[in-house]
Amino acid sequence: MNGTGVTEVPLLEVRDLVVTYPVRRGLVGALRRRPRRSVHAVEGVSLRVRTGEMLALVGESGCGKTTTAQAIFGMVPTVSGSIAFRGQELTSMSPRAMRLVRRKMQLVYQDPYESLDPRFRVRTTIAEPLRIHRIGGSKQDRARKVADALARAELQPPELYAERYPHELSGGQRQRAAIAASLILGPELLVADEPVSMLDVSVRAGILSLIDDLRKRDDVGVLMITHDLSTAAHFADRIAVMYLGRIVEEGPANDVVRDPRHPYTKALLSVVPKRDPRRRTAPQILVGETPNPIDVPTGCRFHPRCPVAEDRCRTIDPALRPVEADGGGHAAACVLVGGEAPVRTMTGDVAGEG
Amino acid sequence: MSPPLLEIRDLHVWFDLPHHRELHAVQGLSLELEAGERMGLVGESGCGKTTAILAVMGLLPPTASVAGSVMLNGDDMLAGGEDSIRPHRWVDIAMVFQGAMNALNPVRTVASQIVEPMELHGIASGAAADRRAGELLELVGIGSEAGGRFPHEFSGGMRQRAAIAMALACGPKILLADEPTTALDVMIQAQILDLLVALTKDLGLTLVLVTHDLPVVAQVCDRAAVMYAGEIVESGPMDTLFHGPRHPYTRMLFAATPDLYGDEEVLSIPGSPPRLDESIQGCPFQPRCDRAFDRCETERPRLAAIDRGHRAACHLNDVAAVPK
Repeated sequence: MNGTGVTEVPLLEVRDLVVTYPVRRGLVGALRRRPRRSVHAVEGVSLRVRTGEMLALVGESGCGKTTTAQAIFGMVPTVSGSIAFRGQELTSMSPRAMRLVRRKMQLVYQDPYESLDPRFRVRTTIAEPLRIHRIGGSKQDRARKVADALARAELQPPELYAERYPHELSGGQRQRAAIAASLILGPELLVADEPVSMLDVSVRAGILSLIDDLRKRDDVGVLMITHDLSTAAHFADRIAVMYLGRIVEEGPANDVVRDPRHPYTKALLSVVPKRDPRRRTAPQILVGETPNPIDVPTGCRFHPRCPVAEDRCRTIDPALRPVEADGGGHAAACVLVGGEAPVRTMTGDVAGEG
Repeated sequence: MSPPLLEIRDLHVWFDLPHHRELHAVQGLSLELEAGERMGLVGESGCGKTTAILAVMGLLPPTASVAGSVMLNGDDMLAGGEDSIRPHRWVDIAMVFQGAMNALNPVRTVASQIVEPMELHGIASGAAADRRAGELLELVGIGSEAGGRFPHEFSGGMRQRAAIAMALACGPKILLADEPTTALDVMIQAQILDLLVALTKDLGLTLVLVTHDLPVVAQVCDRAAVMYAGEIVESGPMDTLFHGPRHPYTRMLFAATPDLYGDEEVLSIPGSPPRLDESIQGCPFQPRCDRAFDRCETERPRLAAIDRGHRAACHLNDVAAVPK
């Protein structure tokens, strides 16, 4: 991917995104003038999604993957960084201009039981974006658009599902209805936040294949947020692994899964259970849990749990850099990866260390 | 051969519904547990996994009726209602409930919640119970000094460890763990699974791992039983279930599960499970099965032996009857 299409403007480009949430000091804290603190939910995330491409953003809960998605949709304020959709900067855009862009990018939520209003028939929910954006023309016109969206979400025959209420649908059908609602405006980018984690195993594959088809057939770009590496390995073109607000490894899905370079990615992959009992591997279990993002460790934020950490890892905060010269778009943020390369930021006095 | 440690025979559970209707949640489940083994009970939501183990524990609500037998050490735990279950519950057979880590009492310390069942069952009291609670906390990897803390001071993984310690308070031989890792991150899941495996090895504990997650079972269990529509449709060594399944549901369930290194297409299973509040004609999986034939519409297949320790309930295994 690197090297080709240098001049091409990606569908979505996020650069150095930073999102923090203030932490309440409470009355006592305020009176004692304890310092204001914040949760560093996302600390310098950069990613790209191209037309017809699926990028999986993978990580454990609290790593910042959902916050990243929310920031893309302007649902949380960003501290710094840029978010561009087809080259248009979104962070500084007026609400009016943003409305036009929002038609082209849609979010699919995790829980289809909550994202559909139980009081409305499916057709009303699916047609809602048309009303909000005042498009769709006549009643017949809207009905046809609803039927098209249902058909694209593979709820066939559409006229049957259009008249139903959410409680008359199974979990998988609800998620298809939610996807139909996100398709009605003809989006170019779909951000799916854990789209199948609430569903039964037997219907998950169908929803994932549907999303997969949308990008392959209709060239929709997909950013899929998931904690499930197996799903990411199967459906995504590229995988970005997040840890404590940072992307620590990114690359073509196959390379990341079969040749992981960051110690965190290696550990994470080793603990994913495999279907075949003959392929059981000794999991490389990390001790403890992900640190609190209020107190991010100095240096490499993974070093306190890293099995191969060296002294310098306590002070050097490594930047994401290509694992090999030719790269192939595979990059990792670890001092042990690639040659000597510039570090991202330095905390404390680095010069004498290492 | 020595008799199995626990033998469930033809277990049925019905729930009363309004208007004199019934939901037949467990429809003739039979399962044997050997001492020290790790058995997976797998199935999708609504297939009756949780209901079945709650029936074994005698913890179903009064709207449920139960039939069948659960033999433990030659005693039928179901024969005499509550009186025949009480001596065994928590003492011989214990359970970690689904979401147990979110059901700890928030206003009591973790250690006191481990002591409580010991005192109730007369296992230990006073200082001896406190000491044992400390040992259990060490055993599950929390550390005895953390016993004085409250559940909200623990992370999800720590609370799940505490819930396991509570289940082990009275020294049971069998532990039924219902979706013990479902809400946990993959790294914490690995830590908890590692703990469960260690407990079976160190204490000789027999584990039943109830989950919808086949790869988790593949990672942890020696054997598994696959449930569908309230019954076991196939049981056997995990390796056999993956490499030589003899029920289409088992095969299709594996095919619907993405694998980290698997290249083959992931296929969903069409349709949805049958309603359990209506009587089932023929094989319950027949409407979704890719190899059903006419007999499957009329006759419900019985769980039959395929090989040693391998059983399946499918007419395809009756070779003479399958149309060419």
